[in-house]
Amino acid sequence: MASETLQIKAISAHPGPVPGRDASRDYDVCKLIDVTTCIGCKACEVACLEWNGYPFRETVFDNTYQTMPDLAWNYYNLIRFNEHVADDGTFSWLMRKDQCMHCADPGCLRACPADGAIVQYSNGIVDFQQENCIGCQYCLTGCPFNIPKFNKETKKVHKCTLCSDRVSAGLEPACIKACPTGCLHFGSKDDMKELAQTRVEQLHDHTSHKNAGVYDPSGVGGTHVIYVLHDIQHPELYGGLPKDPQVPWMVRIWKGPLKWIGNLAMAVGIVGVATHYIRYGPKNVVEEDQKKEEPK
Amino acid sequence: VSTAAIPPQTAPAGEIERYTFRERVMHWLTGLTYLYCLATGLAFYSPHLYWLAFVFGGGPTSRFWHPILGVVFVMGTLWMQNLWRRDMEITETDRRWLDRVENYVTNRDELLPPQERFNAGQKLFYWLMFYGALLLLFSGFFMWIPEYIPRQAAWIRPFMVLIHEIAALATIGGFIIHVYMGVFFVPGSMQAITTGWVSRAWAKMHHRLWYIRATGGQSAGK
Repeated sequence: MASETLQIKAISAHPGPVPGRDASRDYDVCKLIDVTTCIGCKACEVACLEWNGYPFRETVFDNTYQTMPDLAWNYYNLIRFNEHVADDGTFSWLMRKDQCMHCADPGCLRACPADGAIVQYSNGIVDFQQENCIGCQYCLTGCPFNIPKFNKETKKVHKCTLCSDRVSAGLEPACIKACPTGCLHFGSKDDMKELAQTRVEQLHDHTSHKNAGVYDPSGVGGTHVIYVLHDIQHPELYGGLPKDPQVPWMVRIWKGPLKWIGNLAMAVGIVGVATHYIRYGPKNVVEEDQKKEEPK
Repeated sequence: VSTAAIPPQTAPAGEIERYTFRERVMHWLTGLTYLYCLATGLAFYSPHLYWLAFVFGGGPTSRFWHPILGVVFVMGTLWMQNLWRRDMEITETDRRWLDRVENYVTNRDELLPPQERFNAGQKLFYWLMFYGALLLLFSGFFMWIPEYIPRQAAWIRPFMVLIHEIAALATIGGFIIHVYMGVFFVPGSMQAITTGWVSRAWAKMHHRLWYIRATGGQSAGK
């Protein structure tokens, strides 16, 4: 990021390493969520609220360990919970930290009509700029992960910023900082992919999770939030993580060919009627003027 | 001639009433609300036209009023349907007129069958706007409150945007021709829809059957 030059490298008389050092680099950042080590403690949810200055919301108890049914405009980050019974009868609690995936090909940004309401930083973070948001919610339409949430009072849409403010200051996101089990990691995309792959191999070698894998969906160009899942074949078990997320094809048509075909058609229409006027002129009532009202 | 001072039924010399006050209010209600939705809609449609949103008070303001005035537009359209439905029925004469529409386009009107109160082109435009308005209302409703569409039905969102856009483009096509004809191509029609009056010669030339009906059969002049 631009503030790279202000990133602290050394601190005088500081016990221990420099906080946040190398957390932000000039290339793309990535959050790795290893769901196999998530205990569902919700420390990340609380840290997110605290950093972003939002009050804690009312929780909704529905006989699970999930705080509430869905994300909210002031709740960017939710541990989704699912009790899963596998075919062989084994029972598991699946916990997945759900938030914006920071797609390399963001559907929200594609769909947005407002100049400057959504930006994608070169480090991969996709960020909403509420001062430019018009509240149309086309971003909801474009998002394959159902992430952006609308504030009905301010008519603005919000979502996880990947703590762009912290990252630009060389710090890791608040959720990463709070995670007690180390299931959350933050670094460059290459490093995180490598770390994820190492963990997957560990799971293959030492556990019964032979289908473990890395979730970094190519349909949206890869994401800057990636998961290690016990079962990469069934991501939808983790609170509806789509198996093959795509920017909806209808959004691509609407924002692609239909746009320039429509623009062209409107231009042709206007030029067409102007040309017609020059060629044929107005339909004047000349033959039967008021003065010639006597029968011919 | 100040038409405002003329009481109804008293036509200016050589003129007859084409549109009643109610019809003119209705037309401009739908026309102006459509124009507003067109301008703000184009702002949301293309980044190169986003400046239109600022003309109407900025993006959030445009987003707020677009659906509300859109509903007013559709209500005006339903009012219009109530008043003009019968006049807009497409008849056999209209089909014959449409078969020879190129004569209308090239100003050889004498080769066309005489028309009723509205010609076939006006009727087609009317039905395009009527069904377009219904489609825009239907799809626009979902676009107004997308936050209430559950995730399982998320496909409805882009689907409705697509319908809204196609319906809007179709009405824009008709609208361009409508404005061109009203303002430039058919002199007298702008006066008709603003003051209500047209000259008898105008009525005879463009809507002879309606003229005969409206003047009680004194068709050949008086």
